[in-house]
Amino acid sequence: MTDKVSIVIVSHSPEVAKGAADMVRQMVGDDIAIASCGGNSEGGLGTDVAAIMKSIEAVWSPRGVAVLVDLGGAETNSEMAIELLGPEKAKQIVICNAPVVEGAVMAATEAAGGSDLETVRQTAEDFKA
Amino acid sequence: MTSDVLNARLIDLIGDRIEAHADELTELDQAIGDGDHGDNMRRGFRAVSAERDALANMTFGEALKKAGMTLVMKVGGASGPLYGSAFMAMGKSTEAMPESRAQAAQLLEAGIEAVKARGKSDVGAKTMLDVLVPVLKSIEAGADIADVRKAADEAVEATKPMLATKGRAAFLGERSVGHIDPGARSSALIVHAVCDALEEK
Repeated sequence: MTDKVSIVIVSHSPEVAKGAADMVRQMVGDDIAIASCGGNSEGGLGTDVAAIMKSIEAVWSPRGVAVLVDLGGAETNSEMAIELLGPEKAKQIVICNAPVVEGAVMAATEAAGGSDLETVRQTAEDFKA
Repeated sequence: MTSDVLNARLIDLIGDRIEAHADELTELDQAIGDGDHGDNMRRGFRAVSAERDALANMTFGEALKKAGMTLVMKVGGASGPLYGSAFMAMGKSTEAMPESRAQAAQLLEAGIEAVKARGKSDVGAKTMLDVLVPVLKSIEAGADIADVRKAADEAVEATKPMLATKGRAAFLGERSVGHIDPGARSSALIVHAVCDALEEK
């Protein structure tokens, strides 16, 4: 599993995050590690820095981790989580500037083919164009 | 007032202000955001209040850093890392509570720089910076406590005609105009609470 870039999906809603991860798994299979993460620390809508850190660590790959986020708070909390994981790990984690569902599918497809982290990010972000 | 008492008073006063205005913050956020700012701030500052006794026994700088990390972990929205990073940066900038106007300005400036970096933003984008920066300027200009409060309140009102370019409100474009920014309002609440503590001192 860890010879490929992993994917983390962060949404304000746990259902959206899980649903997006399910879609990705159905489309690209189990070739890559995917984690989903949503909701604040009390289970309501929002995002949780500690949970994001855990998700990234759960699918950690030496090839890197691509993170997909939905709204602003998810991005800010993901940036915070990456920073708190330390500079060494942070170098191998990127947040993709892409829509969460479509971006996750594109990123996962690219990652499943064995591409490096930068290519995975690029593919997710190109979706918008 | 000794520093441990003042630490505890600051926590109580900020917590009380947030608690009293949480619904207002949420209403403001429903207009141009995702409607959770009051709940998020209340959750975050309740978590800080729960650590009140431990924080009171730390140095001012350590307490700020610890409270900042609690906000980062508990708030659940973008305001967590924004306020949390501000508190952590302020805590890193000083060990002791400021005792002069210049030290107070330095402290606030450290917080503002952290918010700018975390939010990749600056003044004029209809955010908390549109309160924090005018408040810093008023402190630097020699304002007394009443003037600082006034500067904060006027700055909140001044966010109304602004066009949001950051956060959820940015999606609304022109429709964000005519509403007060919730983050600007919560920043002003904290400024007022700090002013309360200074008046008690």
